[in-house]
Amino acid sequence: MSIDMTEDSNVPYAIRTYPPEKLKDALRKMYLIRKFEEGAEDSYTRGLIHGTMHLCIGQEASSVGTCLSLTDSDKITSTHRGHGHCIAKGADVAKMFAEFFGKETGYCRGRGGSMHIADPSKGNLGANGIVGGGLPIAVGAALSAKRLGRDDVTICFFGDGANNEGAFHESVNMAAVWKLPVVFVCENNKYGMSTSIDRSTSVKSIADRAKGYDIPGVSVDGNDISAVAEAIETAVARARAGEGPSLVENVTYRWRGHSKSDRNRYRTKEEISDWMERDPIPRFAADLVSHGILSDAEVAELDADTDREIAEAIDFARSGPDPDISALTRDVYTETAA
Amino acid sequence: MNTHATIEAPTRELSYAEAIREAMDIALGSDEAVVLMGEDIGVYGGAFQVTGDLVHKYGEDRVIDTPISELGGAGVAVGAALTGLKPIFEFQFSDFAALAMEQIVNQAAKVRYMLGGAVSVPVVMRFPAGSGTGAAAQHSQSIEAWLGHVPGLKVVQPSTPEDVKGMLLAALEDPDPVMIFEHKILYKMKGHVPEGYYTTPIGKAAIRREGKDLSIVATSLMVHKALAAAETLAGEGIDAEVIDLRTVRPMDRETVLNSVRKTGRLVCVYEGVKTLGIGAEISAMVAESDAFDFLDAPIIRLGGAECPIPYNPELEKAAVPQIPDILEAARAIAKGHV
Ligand SMILES: Cc1ncc(C[n+]2csc(CCOP(=O)(O)OP(=O)(O)O)c2C)c(N)n1
Ligand SMILES: [Mg+2]
Repeated sequence: MSIDMTEDSNVPYAIRTYPPEKLKDALRKMYLIRKFEEGAEDSYTRGLIHGTMHLCIGQEASSVGTCLSLTDSDKITSTHRGHGHCIAKGADVAKMFAEFFGKETGYCRGRGGSMHIADPSKGNLGANGIVGGGLPIAVGAALSAKRLGRDDVTICFFGDGANNEGAFHESVNMAAVWKLPVVFVCENNKYGMSTSIDRSTSVKSIADRAKGYDIPGVSVDGNDISAVAEAIETAVARARAGEGPSLVENVTYRWRGHSKSDRNRYRTKEEISDWMERDPIPRFAADLVSHGILSDAEVAELDADTDREIAEAIDFARSGPDPDISALTRDVYTETAA
Repeated sequence: MNTHATIEAPTRELSYAEAIREAMDIALGSDEAVVLMGEDIGVYGGAFQVTGDLVHKYGEDRVIDTPISELGGAGVAVGAALTGLKPIFEFQFSDFAALAMEQIVNQAAKVRYMLGGAVSVPVVMRFPAGSGTGAAAQHSQSIEAWLGHVPGLKVVQPSTPEDVKGMLLAALEDPDPVMIFEHKILYKMKGHVPEGYYTTPIGKAAIRREGKDLSIVATSLMVHKALAAAETLAGEGIDAEVIDLRTVRPMDRETVLNSVRKTGRLVCVYEGVKTLGIGAEISAMVAESDAFDFLDAPIIRLGGAECPIPYNPELEKAAVPQIPDILEAARAIAKGHV
């Protein structure tokens, strides 16, 4: 099958732009995120892990589409709803699960849990328990890249709710004034916990916030991986060219409650089921099949492979060693040679 | 046994969270100036279901969901308190007070003094606090000593349903800013709560168990651990007095010093980081007074470990005082006394 590669064709941006291997990996990661979240939820429900967690089921295209064109030295800052970002940036799901199980073999050696997973080796500076906590940190990472002459871009994930923190406004302003290589990526899933953006935010679209800082702002269908990837590529190119930051709003939806204790009193069943029909995963899979990138059988194989990968990751996590209690205060400070 | 006057009204069992809600309900029902403010306190009912259904009774104009804007939200409460309203501001977790320290510490605490007494700030702030929920380092802190360090603020840590209701109503009567720290583990704890309106004094400790061999001065959840330890100690012939400090600032000197004069031995138990914490203040209070002459053994402080609260459940337990730690401390200083 031949693909018409011209811009104005009906071929989605991602399919015209990326090689088949990369597209296949993107679908694999979307499956992996979905199944990771389902595995986490199941382990939680069965009482195998404690604490709380924020699942990103339904938002997979935003994570994967945003990270598609990044290199390992590009940085991301993530949020409390960060498992998808982490996987999209190349994390090992076994070490992620081990962290949930509080094991020494986890990404944070059992110290951080769901809200603090990070993988600096892949440029992931970490999830965050504080709404808006990652925003200035991303700007700092971009300042480093600029001062140290690195080509890196920093992607700053944040939620619609975070756009009302002072940290958001201070961060975007500094990045704009100093023309720093950072892309602010708002995952607008319409609610900050129970509070809808109409009830909390003075603009209709988070992308409109860009106007106040004189930077580009675009809003895209965050359940369309291609639309996300295209907007991010444009923003990343601008950042790498030294022209400064951009704001990209991925409009999406979380299927699950905010966290495990949510009773969904602030939204309707119909709204949830409408959005579940806009599932980003089968949509992308269908695109890949209809454009001849993958066969149905190959899609089914990815589906099965990722099931297996998650099952193995959970086994790895459960069998890992617990942290040593005597190391409770290790790593509060950096150990320096006497 | 409590040092405060017993309340005559009939009682019934309420949880700590229900007792807070009842206090807020009474306040909203009797004073138009009272408003509740905070994140997800409306239809969601609050992250810990403390405000519950109050929004349905009093409406969104009096039970106000703020955007996720702690600095702004707390500051709006301060400004409203300066000008006629009596806001009760809920932080979703006490940890997020870090984002609002400017308005709490530089404004609310100081404005009356700076203006030579021309104004006062009758704001009440509520802080769900403490560890034990697996929520890790940014959702588990005990920061009452931070605020206790600030002249102009009053800081309380009620440990029972009866006290939290009475102290919240006392806080509303108080013309100055009162910070109420509510341990999250206490929310589900049940206890007898008098019906109707009453206040529990700010600045008065309560003797929860009389004893002659040693004094255990504890705060919040630690009061319950201290009482459990005291039962075990009684079986070993050690008669511990347990004092519930209740108020961190202003601290009840007399109750603590009288107890130490009687027992000659002191253990301080609190969840905040041990160093530079509440125990240091209690110890210094004793050391600077004649009660020092009554000491028969060194003072022991049991406080939080010198680290953030870790995620792994065993590490998390090890990071704060537990009943066996209290037993060990009590036995160590009660030695030779039995
Ligand atoms: C400073 C701060 N305030 C409040 C919270 C509690 N909280 C955690 S997530 C959340 C909602 C965040 O909404 P949004 O930014 O839209 O992200 P989403 O959860 O929708 O992905 C809230 C209120 C927090 N963790 N940090
Ligand atoms: Mg949101």
